[in-house]
Amino acid sequence: MNSDLPVFGVAAEFEDPEKLLDAARYSKEQGYSALEAYTPYPIKELDEVIHTLNPVPAIVFVTGVLGSATAWSMQYYIAAIDYPINVGGRPLYSWPSFIVILFELTVLFASAGAFFGMLWVAGLPRLNHPVFNIESFAGASQDRFFLCIQARSHDFDSKAAAHVLERFDPIGVWEVENS
Amino acid sequence: MTAIEEKQRHAQRRLDPGREYPVITASETFATVTEQISSIVLTRKTPLFWWCGFGAGVTLLTCFGIAIVWLLGRGVGLFGINVPVAWGFAITNFVWWIGIGHAGTLISAILLLLRQSWRNSINRFAEAMTLFAVACAGMFPLLHLGRPWVFYWLLPYPNTMTVQPQFRSPLVWDVFAVSTYATVSLLFWYLGIIPDLATIRDRSTSRWKYGIYGVLALGWRGASRHWQFHETASLLLAGLATPLVLSVHTVVSFDFTIAILPGWHSTIFPPYFVAGAIFSGFAMVLVLCIPLRTVYGLHNVITKRHLDNCAKLMLATGLVLGYTYVIEPFTAWYSGDVYEMHVVANRAYGPLAWSYWLVIFCNVVAPQALWFKKIRVTPQPLFAVSVVVLIGMWLERYMIIVTSLNQDFLPSSWANFIATLVDNATLYGSMGLFIVLFFLFIRFLPMISMYEVRELLPYSKPGGGTVK
Repeated sequence: MNSDLPVFGVAAEFEDPEKLLDAARYSKEQGYSALEAYTPYPIKELDEVIHTLNPVPAIVFVTGVLGSATAWSMQYYIAAIDYPINVGGRPLYSWPSFIVILFELTVLFASAGAFFGMLWVAGLPRLNHPVFNIESFAGASQDRFFLCIQARSHDFDSKAAAHVLERFDPIGVWEVENS
Repeated sequence: MTAIEEKQRHAQRRLDPGREYPVITASETFATVTEQISSIVLTRKTPLFWWCGFGAGVTLLTCFGIAIVWLLGRGVGLFGINVPVAWGFAITNFVWWIGIGHAGTLISAILLLLRQSWRNSINRFAEAMTLFAVACAGMFPLLHLGRPWVFYWLLPYPNTMTVQPQFRSPLVWDVFAVSTYATVSLLFWYLGIIPDLATIRDRSTSRWKYGIYGVLALGWRGASRHWQFHETASLLLAGLATPLVLSVHTVVSFDFTIAILPGWHSTIFPPYFVAGAIFSGFAMVLVLCIPLRTVYGLHNVITKRHLDNCAKLMLATGLVLGYTYVIEPFTAWYSGDVYEMHVVANRAYGPLAWSYWLVIFCNVVAPQALWFKKIRVTPQPLFAVSVVVLIGMWLERYMIIVTSLNQDFLPSSWANFIATLVDNATLYGSMGLFIVLFFLFIRFLPMISMYEVRELLPYSKPGGGTVK
C-alpha cells in the first residue's frame, strides 16, 4: 500500500502506555487520520482513538451459518437420499440425531472463520512491513510503545508530524522509510 | 498519591480482603516478565530436570511405538478384550485423556469469558496440555478400530463401496466431536501464541531462531488494529469453545449412555462425565505446574493464588462427582430393575470391588483435604492429592466400562477382564507421548503467555498506573 510515497510515516517510541495514549489522542486532534500504534499487549483505551471497522464477528457468523448448512445438508443427503437405512422403521430424516454433528460443524467452521478471518483482515502473514525498518522496533513486542503517523494522512508533513510527537517526551522519533 | 489512585487502591482493598495471594508479584515490570519467560526458550541452560523428564518420556514413547507396531501386525487380540468385555484399556484411556484436556479449555475459554484474569499466567500451558491430551486420546479409538489404516472410513466421503456413516450412532458423533475439539483447541492455542512468538523473534539470539520464530509469528507487529481483531477473535473462539468443551465429554458419555446396558444407560452421564473431566484436568494442571514453577523459578507468575484457585475448582467438581456417585445407586434402586441393581452390587462387591472402593477413596475422600487452605497452597500435599485424583479418575472410567460388561444379562457369558502387556504398554506409552510433546513445548515455546501477563501488571492500563 502507498509504496509510491517516499516515506511510510513518522514514528515515536514511548516507555509509558499513558504517554502513547496522550500522543495518539493529540495527533488525532491535530487532524492526522492515518495513525497506528504498536504495543506489546492490547490497550483497550487505544481502540477509541485508533478506530477500525472490525469485520471478525461478521466473518464468524457467516462461517458458522455455513457450517450449520453444511452439516445439515450433508446428513440429510447421506441419511435420506444417498444411503438410506431403515432402522426399526424410524424415519430416514431423523433430525434429532443430526443435532450433535450440526453443532460440532458449526463450531468447527466458525472457529476456522475466527482464526483465518482474523489473519485475513489483519493482512497476516506478512513478514515484511515498513515499521520493521525502525531500528528499535523489537521493543514493540516487549516493553516499548510505538506510535506512527502515516504519510497517507491528510496534509502530511514529516517535520510537523515529528514535532507533534516530540511534545510527549518520546525516547526517539524517526522517519520510517517505505521499502 | 493522586485522587484517582487513592480511589483505585480503595476499590482494590475492598475487593481483595487481604487474605488473597497476589496473581503476580508486585515488583515485576514488562521487561522482567519478558526476560524471565523468553529466556527459558532462548538463553537459559536447559535444566537437568528437562533432560530427565524428556528421557523418561522418550523411553515410554518407544514402548508405545513397539506396542503399536506389534498391535498393527497381530491385531487387537493382543488387548485383553473379548466378549463380553469388548471395551478395555483403550476406551478407558481415551476417556481419561480427553477428560484431562477439558480443564485446559475451561481455563483458556470459560475463565476468559468470566474475566478471571488470574488465568492469564497458566492458560498457555493448560491449553498446550489440552492439545497433547487430545493427541493421546485420539490414538486409542484408532488403535481400537482393529484396522487403523482404514480410519478414514469413519468420515463421510464419496467412495466406491457406496456406503456411508450412520449419523444416528453416537460413535460417529464422537468422531466429529473429538476432531472438532482437537482442531479448535489448536487454532485457539495458536492464535494466543502468535504475539509471544513475535516477542521470541525479536529477542532471538541467532539468525536461525530469528527465521523460524519469525515465520511462526506470521509477521505479527502488535499494531493496535491487529490487537482489536485478535481480541475479538479470541473472545469469539472462547465463546465457541465453551459449549464445545461441554459437548465433547457429553458426546463421549453418549457412547455409553445410548447403549441400553445397565450402568451405562443413564441420563446423569453427560454432567457426570463433564464434571469428572474438569476434575481430572485440574489435577493434571497442578501436576504439571507445581514442578514447573519450582524448576523454572516461576513462583512470581504462578503464585499460591493459582494453586489455591485450581484446588478450589478441583474440590468443587469433585463434590459434583461425589453427588453422582450417590445418585447412581439410588437411581438403580429406584428403577426397581434387577439388572441395574445387579450392576451396583457388582461394582461394590464383585470382582472389581477394589476399583470401586479405590475410586471412592481417590475421587471423594482424598479431595476433602482441599477444604484446608494450608493444603491448597502447599505444593507437596497438593501435588499428592492431584496424583491421587488422576489415578482415581482413570480407575473410575475403567470401573464404569468393565463392570457394566463383565456381568451382562446372561450369566453363562460372564467373564472378567484381564489386562495384557500391550494394554499396559499403550497406557504408559501414551503418557510417554504426552510427556515428550509437553517437554518439547516448554523447551521451544513460551509456556506462559507473556502478553497476557503484561496485562496483569498494575501500570499496563493507562490511567490506573503507578508510573507517572
